[in-house]
Amino acid sequence: MSEPFLIGEAMTGGYGGADILHSCTIAVEKGEIAVIVGPNGAGKSTAMKAVFGMLKLRQGQVRLNGEDITTLSPQARVAKGMGFVPQTHNIFPTMTVEENLEMGAFIREGEFRDTMEQVYDLFPILRQKRRQAAGELSGGQRQQVAVGRALMTKPSVLMLDEPTAGVSPIVMDELFDRIIEIARTGISILMVEQNARQALAIADKGYVLVQGANRFTDTGAALLADPEVRRSFLGG
Amino acid sequence: MDILNALVLLANFVLVPAISYGSQLALGALGITMIYAILRFSHFAHGDVMAFGTGAVILTTWGLQGAGVSLGPLPTALLALPVGIAASAAVLLVADRSVYRFYRRVKAKPIVIVMASLGVMFVVNGLVRFIIGPNDQNFADGARFLFTVREFRDFTGLAEGMGLRVSQVITVVVTGIVVAVLFWFLNRTRTGKSMRAFSDNEDLALLSGINPERVVFVTWIIVAALITIAGTLYGLDKSFKAFTYFQLLLPMFAAAILGGMGNPLGAVAGAFVIAFSEVGVTYAYRKFLEYLLPDGMAPSGLVQLLSTDYKFAVSFVLLVIVLLVRPTGLFRGQTL
Amino acid sequence: MNARSVSMFAIMGALLVLVGFLQSPSVAMGMLNMCLISAIMALGVNIQWGYAGLFSVGTMGFAALGGLAVVLTSMPPVHDAWAAGGLGVAAALAIALAAIIAIVQIWKRMAPGLPRKALLAVIAVGGFFAYRAVLDPAVDAIEGTNTAVAGYLGGAGLPVLFSWVVAMLIAAGVAWVIGKISLGLRSDYLAIATLGIAEVIIAVLKNEDWLSRGVRNVNGLPRPVPYEVNLQTNPDFLAWADWLGLSAVEASSLFVKASYALIFIVVLAAIMWLSERAWNSPWGRMMRAIRDNETSAKAMGKNVKARHLQVFVFGSAVCGLAGAMLVTLDGLMTPGSYQPLRFTFLIWVMVIVGGSGNNWGAVLGGFLIWFLWVQVEPMGLWLIGMVTSTMAETSPLRAHLIDSAAHMRLITMGIILLLVLRFAPKGLIPEK
Repeated sequence: MSEPFLIGEAMTGGYGGADILHSCTIAVEKGEIAVIVGPNGAGKSTAMKAVFGMLKLRQGQVRLNGEDITTLSPQARVAKGMGFVPQTHNIFPTMTVEENLEMGAFIREGEFRDTMEQVYDLFPILRQKRRQAAGELSGGQRQQVAVGRALMTKPSVLMLDEPTAGVSPIVMDELFDRIIEIARTGISILMVEQNARQALAIADKGYVLVQGANRFTDTGAALLADPEVRRSFLGG
Repeated sequence: MDILNALVLLANFVLVPAISYGSQLALGALGITMIYAILRFSHFAHGDVMAFGTGAVILTTWGLQGAGVSLGPLPTALLALPVGIAASAAVLLVADRSVYRFYRRVKAKPIVIVMASLGVMFVVNGLVRFIIGPNDQNFADGARFLFTVREFRDFTGLAEGMGLRVSQVITVVVTGIVVAVLFWFLNRTRTGKSMRAFSDNEDLALLSGINPERVVFVTWIIVAALITIAGTLYGLDKSFKAFTYFQLLLPMFAAAILGGMGNPLGAVAGAFVIAFSEVGVTYAYRKFLEYLLPDGMAPSGLVQLLSTDYKFAVSFVLLVIVLLVRPTGLFRGQTL
Repeated sequence: MNARSVSMFAIMGALLVLVGFLQSPSVAMGMLNMCLISAIMALGVNIQWGYAGLFSVGTMGFAALGGLAVVLTSMPPVHDAWAAGGLGVAAALAIALAAIIAIVQIWKRMAPGLPRKALLAVIAVGGFFAYRAVLDPAVDAIEGTNTAVAGYLGGAGLPVLFSWVVAMLIAAGVAWVIGKISLGLRSDYLAIATLGIAEVIIAVLKNEDWLSRGVRNVNGLPRPVPYEVNLQTNPDFLAWADWLGLSAVEASSLFVKASYALIFIVVLAAIMWLSERAWNSPWGRMMRAIRDNETSAKAMGKNVKARHLQVFVFGSAVCGLAGAMLVTLDGLMTPGSYQPLRFTFLIWVMVIVGGSGNNWGAVLGGFLIWFLWVQVEPMGLWLIGMVTSTMAETSPLRAHLIDSAAHMRLITMGIILLLVLRFAPKGLIPEK
């Protein structure tokens, strides 16, 4: 099997103190969607943060496109082509939608108008509200701003920490559709989700974590079909 | 006629002084609010750094005057501004490198940084007194008046006149320019926007590749410019005294809180509210009322609400009202 | 107290003794008195900062209120002034109080909205004008009465030591109002509000001549100890001085200062005892729990704002007491002498250097920093003298430097504060 595009391999570590992750492995292929699910406190977000470098690893490695990036800071990883959308506080609330996107492109040299147009094409509502303060938008629209901001660096991997937390089911479906669209452009998606069933439905690869370790790893469809996964993690 | 006279009187003693004082406060309060928005602490050394920058302007002005340089009708101090800004920027940056940065790195509680700014205040206060002394210094030169009370009276034929001092006109013009440039900078330039982003959401700003040290650096430079200009304008309008500048801390803080800490627009608005209240409440309205009221109803007293010695009480009372009624300020705070 | 702190106090004592030998016993004794007062003031600030993490920069104001309390309590009443305007002032204050009570009640009881705003504004403005209308003539009458020596209402003519209690009460009352307004908001709002109230209190003392004689000062305050002149004519005392081998003047000065020191030590010991008991009580533990983690204390159902208010009031009362003691020691009340750098920020240096959160530390800081404050000036002068000794006698730079040497101590204090805050944030005697 060839090397995945992004892989956090056998990651072990925590925020000082006791380890939260225990030899946990997360990977995503080019242009595919990988979803991390699991019960509360399983270390889903921690695993993603570890991949992004917001957590110091005691053991294990993170490689992007074959390159070892384990020791890079999150900022340096952004420069390498990783985009990250935090779960909360993921927009600049008093700045306009357009300024939020501009800040997303802060590290880019040169023109980024075309990227902004692509984001507007992906989320047409943002084009309408481009002059409005992002903090005044609805929850779903704010998530779109947050995703749009992360896309402005033209990342090769987009990491989303519970993008649908607190939004209505309709908005969630809409957001998942957009995420699929983003993946089709060749961007790898790594995402943590509470709504495991819906998320696995769109996932190429699914990771079920329990207590900071891999419990099940398979394609999204296979996990959804697995009776044990269904019973333990998808509520039957 | 009486109504006109009354209005002219009011313009001369309340409107014009309050506008120029409000402008000076606005620049100072903008500095406080900028520091708060970016570095998230109340900068108690503000008044003293203002005195330091102004002191540098004064020394340079004297040097220029000695060398025979002059701006004609304009005060020479305007030429010395860059030196003063550089001096106060140097003080602020040295303070940041040697004091504040450490607490930022260890993520100290804001109140500890406030206390450190007290230490900086002590040192800078001592430096100012050491260099320029604790006494009043006058450094205004050039033309004093755009037009005097007498000229105004002769021209209009009114019984009352109003004078317009050059320093007042310069204050308003310079403040207008500075505020416009600052807002343009914050809203239109990449660096300015990155500062607003940093103020809005520090973590996300870091994630977006905004360099916090650069933001902090630019903030100090802007603050240095704001307070040196504010201090120089205040000194030209009134006079320079180290202790007075320390005392300006209260109205400047009151203005910043009144407008909403961290909100530049609010700081400007708050400054004018403070200035108008202060001047309005300490003005004696007897003559004004004599013009407006029918004969025989003229008041016997001065009709002065508070003596000028209590001008700081005005800032304080407004501050208290804001804290009681709307602690977030007129405009909601914590934004840039 | 461990050996380390004992030895630091011993060194401090040795320094004072050294002053006694090098300068004079009287100077050393005077310094000791100021050290004791500083220590009490530092204890007051430490109660606020060390116990609860409250940052108040209004120490000057509360100390000044203490000074005012001495005047109002211990000076004999000026009967002519009372006759001239006492009633008017009392009526004016009653009006002000009534207006404030009305405003508070309306604020609490009426529903928010335009009618409430309008009513509040009417009462505030109307109350203010009524107050001024009654007060102004009374004030003129009082200030016109025998202006050269009185021109104010005087005090209640009570014993001066009793005024120290009054000082605590007045300071506590003002602190309660300020705390009520500014606590429970962002932590630095208390700092700004107290900075403001201190300025306002000083402005009142300077300008309300009917109350405090303003900048004309009140002198000849009653003393809790004998007067030097009386001692010098007392044969028993003279015999005693002779036995000690001191001149009458020197002995009387020493005796007076020592008497003050004795009283101050008793007060300091009492406050120290109370503070230590409070620190070790369940109340003290709860305060520290709140200080160290406000959020979790709140979650555990502690009323953080009420506790903060309590501790702010206590600390301010102690600062008021120290202010009263200072004015008593000086024998005069000079509103013009209250400088924030000396009365607020210097006290903070004492607390931080001594060890915030440790009462013994605050006391040591009070001693040490006062000692340095007094001694740095001559040292600075000496240093500047050395540096400039090679310059021409007439050099303007030299004259300027020598003139400015006095400001060295501000710089020194600032640097000490910054260094301790950064490198030894726990201070000389750290919190246990």
